[in-house]
Amino acid sequence: MDFGPYFLLATLEGAVGAAVLALTALGLSLVFGVMRIVNVAHGAFFMLGAIIAWWVADTLGAGPMLSFLAALIISPLAVGAVAVLAERLILRRLNYNPESTIVATIGLLYVIEQVALMTYGPDARPVVAPIDFRVQLPWFGYSGYKLLVIAASIVVMLAVWWGLTRTRIGLMMRATQFDSETARAFAIPVDRVYGGVFAFGAMLAAIGAVLVVPIQQAHYLMGNDPLLLSFIVVIIGGLGSLRGTVLAAVIIGLSDGIISVFFSPTLAKIIATLVVAMILVIRPKGLFGTQSA
Amino acid sequence: MRSRWANKATVLHVGVIAVLFALQFVLPEYHHVNLARVMVLASFAMGYNIAFGYTGLLSLGHAMFFAAGLYAAGLMAQFAGVSAAGGLLLGVAAGLALAAAVGCLALRTTGVSFMIVTLMFAQAAFLATFYFGEYTRGDEGFVIPSHLRHLFGLFLAEPATRYFVALSLFALCLAISFAVARSSMGRVLAAIRENEERTRMLGYNVFLYKLVALTISGAMSGLVGAAYGMLFGYVGATFASIQYSIFPLLWVLMGGAATVLGPFVGTLLMFYLVDISSGFTSANMLIVGLALIGLILFFPKGILGSLRERAAPWLP
Repeated sequence: MDFGPYFLLATLEGAVGAAVLALTALGLSLVFGVMRIVNVAHGAFFMLGAIIAWWVADTLGAGPMLSFLAALIISPLAVGAVAVLAERLILRRLNYNPESTIVATIGLLYVIEQVALMTYGPDARPVVAPIDFRVQLPWFGYSGYKLLVIAASIVVMLAVWWGLTRTRIGLMMRATQFDSETARAFAIPVDRVYGGVFAFGAMLAAIGAVLVVPIQQAHYLMGNDPLLLSFIVVIIGGLGSLRGTVLAAVIIGLSDGIISVFFSPTLAKIIATLVVAMILVIRPKGLFGTQSA
Repeated sequence: MRSRWANKATVLHVGVIAVLFALQFVLPEYHHVNLARVMVLASFAMGYNIAFGYTGLLSLGHAMFFAAGLYAAGLMAQFAGVSAAGGLLLGVAAGLALAAAVGCLALRTTGVSFMIVTLMFAQAAFLATFYFGEYTRGDEGFVIPSHLRHLFGLFLAEPATRYFVALSLFALCLAISFAVARSSMGRVLAAIRENEERTRMLGYNVFLYKLVALTISGAMSGLVGAAYGMLFGYVGATFASIQYSIFPLLWVLMGGAATVLGPFVGTLLMFYLVDISSGFTSANMLIVGLALIGLILFFPKGILGSLRERAAPWLP
């Protein structure tokens, strides 16, 4: 293949990665922005979403389309329920202290991962893609499902944007993010907003995971890479800035896809992590951010 | 009053070392090896405690300091034929240099940013062990040639010697922790932990104190890393992974942050919890997760921290 088509293929692969990453990172960013906590278990929620999707598709045993749609609804709801439980039982009792929360969510990460290992096992299992056609480009055929993933991700993000800016719940969330004390004084149920935001962040990760499962198999350790990448995205995008998060996800997802096609992935990752660390050292607020961590 | 407390504390710590010394003659072989390993790992936790417990620097990157020592000793043994004494010195130097360099950058941030920055640097170090896989052999790791595992004529792979060297390392780290906790620098570090702004207003160079604390902590971790390699003979990328940054945090939290003996108590307890649970489940990290959550919820001060609060205020 010539360089041009090859580059196009790398870009498409990168765009798929970026689409999933944007959803996952958006969840992390919302939780950080509104609650000012870092959720280390976010990758575990992602993994849980993928595993539940596999489980739903496997139990249902219906056609690929039906199974996938069922998974797309049930999995985020189940993950959201787990997140609400974790928020109620653990985070609220810690009073959302940033450092204690990190320790607790590290614990949560291990618990979810190990429970997945005990029940689901160490194997990687796929979910069949709901649609099976290839878009025939002049140089190569490309999976139609992957294009669908990009479209679905854009739709979900638009819905989140609409919800945040145009609805009452979104207004409550923004008010809590802006100043939780004053929000409470205006009779906004801050506790419930926190619970909702934490669950919603986890659900976004789960949606990303359900979308990715037909491309990449479900495995109990699959949450680690998305977690690290989401961290990077949220930091680069500016802590608490949703627009920055989406922009950074696109940049990083695309460049990750393109770089790993052309260069050694390990070296690329080393450079990327060091760059992120240095960005945080030099600009603790991130590139587009307004809050500092 | 204070001197009597100091005496009590000194007696306690010397007593613990004496008990550990005596134990080697009565323990069955399996626990003999385990206890040697626990003492080495507890020394790592004591190094971590200097930064996290006494200074309040919650680092998620101490695996890189441990691994720096481990790889400095291991690689120099493998490729330059350096034996244990040189390896230990190299380990200290590597941990010290890396901690000073990382500290200069990472200490410009605080709180959550500091955690993430240290995590990122450690992740880069972890990936580097794979990138240089030609020498480090990545995940698989390598075994240090046994003819180099000699310290002043003692063969370190021999169980009794290993126990003795582990105990010496433990005693050294205990002494360093004790000295730091008792010193005027230790008081300044605690002041920084409790209220950084106020300490700065009092005229202390907060950045420098934190840097020194992190460097001591890193140097101790590097020394322990090198000792671990020399005593147990294996060098691998697992020791650079995020898990080995979380373990010392867990051990210190469990035993009690900012107590001299806490890291040892925590390491001992956690080691046996995981050891026993791995008898009936492969998912033994579940215990680690539950312990982390339970501790931070119900015992944020750890075992010795709670004890100090309720019964023994003299505990350093």
